[in-house]
Amino acid sequence: MTKIDTSRPEQVLPTPSHTVGPFYGYALPFLGGEEIAPFGHPDTITVHGYGLDGAGRPLPDALVEVWGPHPDGTVPQADGSIRRDPATGGYLGRNGVEFTGWGRSQTDTDGHWYARTLRPGARGGNAPYLSVCVFARGLLVHLFTRIYLPGDEASLAADPLLTRVGDRRDTLIAAEEGPGTYRFDIRLQGEGETVFLEFQ
Amino acid sequence: MPLTQADIDLEIATEHAAYDKRVADGAPVEHHPRRDYAPYRSSVFRHPKQPLVAIDTAQDPELVELYSPAFGERDVTGIDNDLTRHHRGEPIGERITVSGRLLDRDGRPVRGQLIEIWQANSAGRYAHQREQHDAPLDPNFTGVGRTLTDAEGRYHFTTIQPGPYPWRNHVGAWRPAHIHFSVFGTAFAQRLVTQMYFPNDPLFPYDPILQSVTDDAARQRLVASYDHGLSVPEFSLGYHWDIVLDGPAATWIEEGR
Ligand SMILES: [Fe+3]
Repeated sequence: MTKIDTSRPEQVLPTPSHTVGPFYGYALPFLGGEEIAPFGHPDTITVHGYGLDGAGRPLPDALVEVWGPHPDGTVPQADGSIRRDPATGGYLGRNGVEFTGWGRSQTDTDGHWYARTLRPGARGGNAPYLSVCVFARGLLVHLFTRIYLPGDEASLAADPLLTRVGDRRDTLIAAEEGPGTYRFDIRLQGEGETVFLEFQ
Repeated sequence: MPLTQADIDLEIATEHAAYDKRVADGAPVEHHPRRDYAPYRSSVFRHPKQPLVAIDTAQDPELVELYSPAFGERDVTGIDNDLTRHHRGEPIGERITVSGRLLDRDGRPVRGQLIEIWQANSAGRYAHQREQHDAPLDPNFTGVGRTLTDAEGRYHFTTIQPGPYPWRNHVGAWRPAHIHFSVFGTAFAQRLVTQMYFPNDPLFPYDPILQSVTDDAARQRLVASYDHGLSVPEFSLGYHWDIVLDGPAATWIEEGR
């Protein structure tokens, strides 16, 4: 039954997830999807890495969504991530000044993805992090993870999630490659498997 | 030896029997596929082997995953939800209207959120360079649409009935006709990507992707209903499909959105 009767709570059951499949490439990626930071913003960081499967092969058909707060920790409320051009029906790109906090990156044939966004601020008792949602052919339900940034060891040591995952915490902390540039690989399976999350 | 449909049928039956036994032994109903579902071959190296780490969102209302990115009128154009009007000419095929509501687990409408769709054309061909199925491309159909839900959580698309298409999971594999949906909720943790199917498709039992949802009732929730009330006279046939997002809702959003 696909008409849900909301007056009967026992009928309000989740729509199952399915794989994004191999052919979303002409539909979901959009102009400037990876360029989340407003132009020239001093808190801009680049996060990038490779998506890998259980045999260590690159994922050439994965989609990585990144969602994070402003540098002061507040949650972005601006729309306009995928602004459309009413004249041509194409994409306009972001407006260059507003920060929507969300973007989408498609892995290339090497399995590489990147996003340029603003350094996230801390919220609550958590160390600062970017939320990440991974989709791919072969992945029947998307996977959530987080990108924590190195540097503030005290706040990382106090983070509730990082303290829970023990020696797997390194898979959640990006490696600094240079000023404002961080490497974060996503391993779906096997040696060094990324910690994935389930929200309840 | 290449895998045959008979091999896959056997694996699907084994997975179903294993699920039935789990439920009979008291395990909870599974609304979603297991990521480790061998009949869908691409899943073998692409599912984590470690258990997911559960985050109890009730303990921390500040988590950014409890908030959703915002989308607005700037993110859609007026005809984005009419896939028959994206080119100069009319696409070939049977016009359909697909409509329904976007709801959270409490049955509340999700308002003003983004729904994106993509699909094959009426011949079963995607407008994607890597697509190898040699069915004809339709110069008047790309197969991409998007819309925002309205104040009741309702969405509405006009498109073309997609065709089934072959794929290389095993010898003789055909996907039942479907439309891909990508959906945002009130929290990023409610994110959903899925596929909508059409009633009475004879390919259902053979398809390892649909059958990866081993619970019979959950699988039915992926199939739209024919809705004569949505059919537009002398224009299109109507299908109704409601979507219920799983995952924690952002409680702060209760009023005024
Ligand atoms: Fe498909």
